[in-house]
Amino acid sequence: MTSKRKRAIRTNLIGYSFVVPNFIGYFVFIFLPVCFSFVLSVMEWDGSDVPMKFVGLKNFVKLFGDSTFQISLKNTLWYAVFTVPLTLVAALAVAILLNSKIKGIVVYRTAFFFPYVASLVAVGAVWNMLFQPEFGPINELLRFIGIENPPKWCASTDWAMWVIIIVSVWKYMGYYMVVYLAALQGISKDLYEAAGIDGATGWKKIRYITIPMLTPTTFFVVIMLTIQCFKVFDLIYVMTGGGPGRSTNVLVNHIYNAAFVDYKFGYASASALVLFAIVLIITLVQMRGEKKFTDFV
Amino acid sequence: METGKTRNKIIIYTVLTLLAALMLMPFAWMVFASFKSNNEVFSLPMRLLPREWHFENYKLIWEKIPLMTFFKNTTKLTVITTLIQVFTSCFAAYGFAKVNFKGRDLLFVVYVTTIAVPWQVYMVPQFALMGKLGLTNSHLGLILMQAFSAFGVFLMRQFMMSIPTELLEAARIDGLTEYGIFFRIALPLAKPGIATLVIFTFVNIWNDFMGPLIYLNSTELKTIQLGIRMFITQYGAEYALIMAASVLSLIPVLVIFILCQKWFVEGITAGGVKG
Repeated sequence: MTSKRKRAIRTNLIGYSFVVPNFIGYFVFIFLPVCFSFVLSVMEWDGSDVPMKFVGLKNFVKLFGDSTFQISLKNTLWYAVFTVPLTLVAALAVAILLNSKIKGIVVYRTAFFFPYVASLVAVGAVWNMLFQPEFGPINELLRFIGIENPPKWCASTDWAMWVIIIVSVWKYMGYYMVVYLAALQGISKDLYEAAGIDGATGWKKIRYITIPMLTPTTFFVVIMLTIQCFKVFDLIYVMTGGGPGRSTNVLVNHIYNAAFVDYKFGYASASALVLFAIVLIITLVQMRGEKKFTDFV
Repeated sequence: METGKTRNKIIIYTVLTLLAALMLMPFAWMVFASFKSNNEVFSLPMRLLPREWHFENYKLIWEKIPLMTFFKNTTKLTVITTLIQVFTSCFAAYGFAKVNFKGRDLLFVVYVTTIAVPWQVYMVPQFALMGKLGLTNSHLGLILMQAFSAFGVFLMRQFMMSIPTELLEAARIDGLTEYGIFFRIALPLAKPGIATLVIFTFVNIWNDFMGPLIYLNSTELKTIQLGIRMFITQYGAEYALIMAASVLSLIPVLVIFILCQKWFVEGITAGGVKG
């Protein structure tokens, strides 16, 4: 054996020794389950000792005929369609304000960011009280400014999703504000100075310099937010439980209920693969876009 | 021109302060409601401050539910998961970043691919697997399920990559073994990355709801998030106590957040904007 070959083997062994502690855990608890979810989606199984039964595409056929699944898909889309742009605009607006050379930026940033790290159980409980229809402070305020019949919020099939959207925007905008702040600090001052010489004022600078320069960041934020919206569960579980009726039942509720309430593991995995397909498509869009933006910048 | 600038500044400060107050309003309400009596929480006309301060709410809550057990469980899960996560991630990250072993790039592609798969996609088969191993309704199951995220490896690799290879070469010439280089050079230089990973893992595990919800049935195993949830379903009308428990559950995260905000921001920037 040549010494070169010996050294290569030694390097390999050293490399494996570094990776192996993580890899064992990763392989057993993440990689295998990911692969297993494809197998499970064509099986019928209640999770017990009774062996699973191969059923082909039956779970998927059942899934697309299931009205609860259709509603949960529709609700998730509805939630995303409003949460993504609202969070984005809020985050961008606050980031631009914070970026205007003000003092005490850390204090403000803390205030905007704290909801993001606060637990959803605590936050859900307090928002439920704030939105309480008869005695809650929000409706009290609405009555005070002359709205006689304020919405019943979480008790109303028309309004419950709006509560979830409002709380989501409040909770997540701080994270994307930090992303935007970092990107804003990367925009060259020269651009603004040049525009100033050409006579551009505040709003025009934002419209024709800031927003175009932030396009790659905005693209990234839209992707992250959309994926996050399709994974929503905790907030809905603690605030409305998917109700009233099925009005806030989302995709992950559907997976959760199928698996851990009805014990239909195969059916739940089929629903989970729909979530996977959606996230995969979004990720592919991101990869294409990333290429485009790296060319552009 | 100058007065215009001052006026703009005043407008910006006013808008920001109002918005910040709006953001923090729910927390203020939570804190003040936690000192009210249950009747007063929803009494009209509404007021923010309690008429009478019921400090005993914070004593009562420990007697109503096994809050101490919940805190202990959450702390245990959080600390152990964070430790395993950080150690194995740093180890693997160094291997991926600095040791040119066979199959490295392929293996890393597999890791990166699974980052894109949301946990909700494979939580059902994962739960079934844990069931087969007899690890459901146990802390061990919950720890193992969360301690090996591919994201941790990915994040730490980013930091390890930025360590100059010449530095490691120099150490090698000085006679340090690969492990010596890892512990004495790479690990200290990756400190910002470690801080970021610790903070994010800590907050994620402390706040995790769905994992414990699925895995833990016995009351004596439950975490603080599940405990508060249980309290809400059992004593739905004890609003003040619910708020007191919520405030208590937020304190550790608040402390960590205020002390380590810098790392949060750096973490988001490192993991995010890079694009």
